[in-house]
Amino acid sequence: MSGSDAHRTIETVWRMEAPRLIAGLARLTRDVGRAEELAQEALVAALKQWPEEGVPRNPAAWLMQVAKHRAADAARHEIMARRKQDEIGRDIDNERPAMPDIDEALDDEVGDDLLRLIFTACHPVLPKEARIALTLRLLGGLTTDEIARAFLVPEPTMAQRIVRAKKTLSEAKVPYEVPAGAELGARLASVLEVVYLIFNEGYSATTGEDWVRPGLCEEALRLGRILAARAPDEPEVHGLVALMELQASRLRARVGSDGEPILLLDQNRARWDRLLIGRGLAALELAQRLAGAAPGPYLLQAALAACHARARTADETDWKRIVALYTVLVRVTPSPIVELNRAVAVSMAEGPEAGLALVEALAGEPALKRYHLLPGVRGDLLAKLGRHREAAEAFEAAVALTQNARERALMQERAVKERAAGC
Amino acid sequence: MRFMVMVKATQDSEAGAPPTQELLDAMMAYNEELVKAGIMKGGDGLQPSSKGARVQFDGTKRSVVDGPFAETKELVAGYWLWECASLDEAIAWVKRCPNPMPGPSEIEIRPLFELADFGEIVTPETAAQWDRLKAEAGGQG
Amino acid sequence: MRVMVLVKASKDSEAGVMPDPDVFAKMGVYNEELIKAGILLAAEGLHPTSKGLRMRFSGSERTITDGPFAETKELLAGFWLWQVKSFDEAVEWLKRAPFDGNTEIELRPVFEMEEFGEMVSPERRERKEHLRAEFEKRTG
Repeated sequence: MSGSDAHRTIETVWRMEAPRLIAGLARLTRDVGRAEELAQEALVAALKQWPEEGVPRNPAAWLMQVAKHRAADAARHEIMARRKQDEIGRDIDNERPAMPDIDEALDDEVGDDLLRLIFTACHPVLPKEARIALTLRLLGGLTTDEIARAFLVPEPTMAQRIVRAKKTLSEAKVPYEVPAGAELGARLASVLEVVYLIFNEGYSATTGEDWVRPGLCEEALRLGRILAARAPDEPEVHGLVALMELQASRLRARVGSDGEPILLLDQNRARWDRLLIGRGLAALELAQRLAGAAPGPYLLQAALAACHARARTADETDWKRIVALYTVLVRVTPSPIVELNRAVAVSMAEGPEAGLALVEALAGEPALKRYHLLPGVRGDLLAKLGRHREAAEAFEAAVALTQNARERALMQERAVKERAAGC
Repeated sequence: MRFMVMVKATQDSEAGAPPTQELLDAMMAYNEELVKAGIMKGGDGLQPSSKGARVQFDGTKRSVVDGPFAETKELVAGYWLWECASLDEAIAWVKRCPNPMPGPSEIEIRPLFELADFGEIVTPETAAQWDRLKAEAGGQG
Repeated sequence: MRVMVLVKASKDSEAGVMPDPDVFAKMGVYNEELIKAGILLAAEGLHPTSKGLRMRFSGSERTITDGPFAETKELLAGFWLWQVKSFDEAVEWLKRAPFDGNTEIELRPVFEMEEFGEMVSPERRERKEHLRAEFEKRTG
């Protein structure tokens, strides 16, 4: 193997093993920052030794062994240093550092370290953006620069965010464990939230000019699938995976040849990825079986996405089922935006008059006051009812509210059309 | 019944020659028909073998050989996964396919294994593994 | 990126001989590892070519030839589809597969941006390829 080939292979293997390596080391050292450093030291050692010795049969074990010895060496040095202080007569009893139990750690594979790492990186003691950054770093193996570019933030800012996150975790003495019992629900929700935020960051990158951002969808899917394999009895985990698979199935249909966004009902369904749809429907089925009579929000959103995925053409969409699902979703996660989406579905299932009634009922909602889709939807329904002047006014109101240039252009176009029709 | 439908490579596909707009349009229309018929379960184009590699297994040894590979007409250039009522239905659909290549070409149809086909070698453990695999990756059990 | 992993046929697979139960079990464990890594998209086994056929397209002619087919080493017996960060990663995963001797497995990256239908200007395509290559270089 040539020098550069060997390096590429070693780095590839290391990248494959890094999350589990860090996860195991974090259990040993009780510090994710230290764990990451040790993992990097193991990489350096591998780059030195493997070109000559070849890649070991069990690279994970080799890397872990090296990292653990480094950890033990460092701990021993620390103890020696303190013993020297001892000789000067200091009482160090309560300052003795925790000596990692190498023997215990070598044999002890209690539970899933990777799962522990995921829960730790997503701990609610950290602000949301820190959880995202730490997850992408420790579990995704993205560099600080890549994470910074993914979230449109300067690199030094992101570096600081990650450093602070690690510090917060160690200062808060967050226990390195998979939460259980009453705690599990909320902690799992935090993990799922992080994964879905990563997915949406990638999903909303419509132009794909920078490959890091669409790559986030793949990363989120991978994390979701890893989670599903390790927490197979959790319906919302499968629900989230189903939702992401189904949404990702539409990625190639969402953007036109000029980079302009294409609405779901207008998309060319031949461009929808059938493999991902199959996977999404399978995950949904599993989630539904596990959830029984108590569907959670991700499962419900996945079921909604599935209604579209199953429709071979836009006309075949089962709007009645979509309305029914939204009715449940509104109960499970009450929100004016969900109500608005339900109103749209009602208009498709029962006609624009019925939908409009629901939209008018939302007129006073403070949360929707600056939401451009409220007048936007209203305008669309009024247009369908032939009330052109009112429709034009609604679209003009939407134009005033929307931040996005393309959406503004779309609304403007419709306003002009309705003005003309109203004459 | 599920099938893999493979488009074999040609010198054109191996050379990375892009398809004509005409062929692209025809293929798009064909794919739409497959989707509307509900038989389309997946499909991809494979990059030329110059972008690929082969791994040889010999005991514990692994050797990697980079592409391109010579036996063009045996290489796969693209595939679909279909779910049809029968092999005859799959054949009928292949007949309707526009020629996927500029010159003469070949499409191969192969039925996929289901768990029942493995018969006696299946243990409760491997059956559970299979179920998990299918729950994960979709497709029938 | 997606990589297709093509498992070639053997005399046994073509003869419909079932895999050794031990190997079948090891393969099950391997597939579970791929699932746990979050990279497995699809995995399928193909019936021997005796159950399949080929259709030749030439002009407007369509000619069917029933299997079996002779060139065993070049026939397909199964495949995986993996979602990986780089082609190298796929190669490393494949090296861990429990195949015994005398097997050759082919890996091919899949066309991502275009399928049978999207026409992208050569400049735009080139730029996307360049960006993607950069990304993959950095993420390994």
